[in-house]
Amino acid sequence: MDKLMETFEKNDPVALGRVLKEVESQSEKGYEILKRTNKEKGKAHVIGITGPPGAGKSTLTSKLCKQLVNKGFTIGIICVDPTSPFTGGALLGDRIRMQELAKLPNVFIKSLATRGSLGGMAHSTADIVQLMDSFGKDIIIIETVGVGQVEFDVLEISDSVVLIGVPGLGDAIQTVKAGIMEIADIYVVNQADRPGADESVKDLKLMIKESERKDWKPSVLKTIATEQEGISELIDELERHKTHLITTKAWEKKRKERNYNRFVGRLDEIVHESVEGQFKTNPKTQSIIEQVKEGTMNPFSAANKIAEYIIKS
Amino acid sequence: MDKKIKIVTVKLGLDIHWRGIVVLSRMLRDAGMEVVYLGNQFPEQIVEAAIQEGADVIGLSTLGGNHMSLGPKVVELLREKGIDDIMVIMGGVIPEEDVPALKEKGIAEVFGPETKVDSIVSFVESELEKENVK
Ligand code: B12
Ligand SMILES: Nc1nc2c(ncn2[C@@H]2O[C@H](COP(=O)(O)OP(=O)(O)OP(=O)(O)O)[C@@H](O)[C@H]2O)c(=O)[nH]1
Ligand SMILES: [Mg+2]
Repeated sequence: MDKLMETFEKNDPVALGRVLKEVESQSEKGYEILKRTNKEKGKAHVIGITGPPGAGKSTLTSKLCKQLVNKGFTIGIICVDPTSPFTGGALLGDRIRMQELAKLPNVFIKSLATRGSLGGMAHSTADIVQLMDSFGKDIIIIETVGVGQVEFDVLEISDSVVLIGVPGLGDAIQTVKAGIMEIADIYVVNQADRPGADESVKDLKLMIKESERKDWKPSVLKTIATEQEGISELIDELERHKTHLITTKAWEKKRKERNYNRFVGRLDEIVHESVEGQFKTNPKTQSIIEQVKEGTMNPFSAANKIAEYIIKS
Repeated sequence: MDKKIKIVTVKLGLDIHWRGIVVLSRMLRDAGMEVVYLGNQFPEQIVEAAIQEGADVIGLSTLGGNHMSLGPKVVELLREKGIDDIMVIMGGVIPEEDVPALKEKGIAEVFGPETKVDSIVSFVESELEKENVK
């Protein structure tokens, strides 16, 4: 353990791999590691990339990363794909779109399965961000699942959210319906080689104009990820947004909120586990549970009773 | 939370016969594993990907005749980096007479064209079980 942390501090990617493996599987050792690396530098710019399936999130991430590496940045990428609810397995297929990154130095890609957590993120995502950050990555890019609906969890974890869409009619309505005008900091219409891109851009711009948001007006960019077109404009926008966050002190505020949320999240888990462990095994609560199942006691009173009982004991 | 098996699957080198490994990757997912498919890669990149992903297993697929030159290289690179807890298995069209030499060089098992997925899954599960007990 000490040896592992020592090599981690020395920026050995093998150590980062091992450390992330523990945290991904939420092992005891994983939590121990998280405690020790909590001197989170908070320096990394965390970028969330979200959007419907097949929009080009992975391809765009790959091209973005390639240019950022050329500028001298070190990068961590986290790709989230869904776990099958039926088999518990997952095919993590984003990495194959990033093959060109395999030979670049200072790029570390981690694929994660959602393992039943909703909201387009894997449970361990925040922990992995923390570790990549304390490992010294300048930029961390998170690609969300892309289930079509908006993935709000990405907001909580990222400094800048990029929403990727493709040209096409239904888009505009979809956008309004999902209420995503508030979520993204930058809008990208990818696959701009396909017809209808300009209309999509126009629609989006119109909606942004009408939105309530005052602090930051998101821009709308056109890209062709496969041709590497529009990527440097995206990088410029990301930098502009980062500067905006820092000057308005939102950067600091986000980090404070994030720290607090992670504490609440973990506390929730611990309480949940211990409460569940108790009421499932404690003989005194069994009769109440039986009554609930039979329908002779209503679930609300039962829950209150058990909660009171456990908290007092 | 029970531990999931994470496997990195890859087409070794330039071999183009991708059908088998894609079929297999899906079946491993259906067996409850987390599968990261890399497409075509060479040993250096395969090892790096496995480290980053925190893989338990690397599955190399080749029907292209490069199994002797590139297969053991993967194990060699892992050992050079001090990694002995990632199992390497191979499959595809690999002549019977090459199998002992591959195992000698650290490939845990070789699976031919007729192998049932069940036997691959049970092999991986039981080998990892042994590892955990150790
Ligand atoms: C279809 C095919 C092609 C297709 C490939 C389509 C594609 N993209 O996949 C095409 C036409 C493109 C092709 C091309 C060539 N082919 Co070809 N091809 C075949 C063929 C007929 C079937 C392969 C197949 O898809 N099988 C079905 C899948 C599902 O089975 P599988 O791949 O074997 O996978 C199963 C198992 O092996 C195992 N498995 C596979 N990988 C892994 C990995 C792990 C970790 C595990 C555990 C298990 C595992 O699980 C899978 C599921 O059960 C085979 C003959 C054969 N009987 O294998 C020849 C064969 C593989 N081809 C052969 C050759 C020579 C070629 C060419 C070089 C021909 C040429 N002279 O141009 C070229 C180019 C190859 C190259 N550059 O790499 C030879 C290889 C000889 C050798 N290695 O010694 C074979 C064996 C034919 C022969 N008898 O000569 N081929
Ligand atoms: N024509 C065109 N195709 C593109 C463009 N960008 C990506 N693609 C293609 O779109 C397909 C999907 O791209 P991905 O990058 O895998 O999309 P994704 O959003 O990551 O997909 P999921 O992760 O499955 O949700 C691939 O075949 C890409 O080659 C583009 O700008 N133009
Ligand atoms: Mg993707």
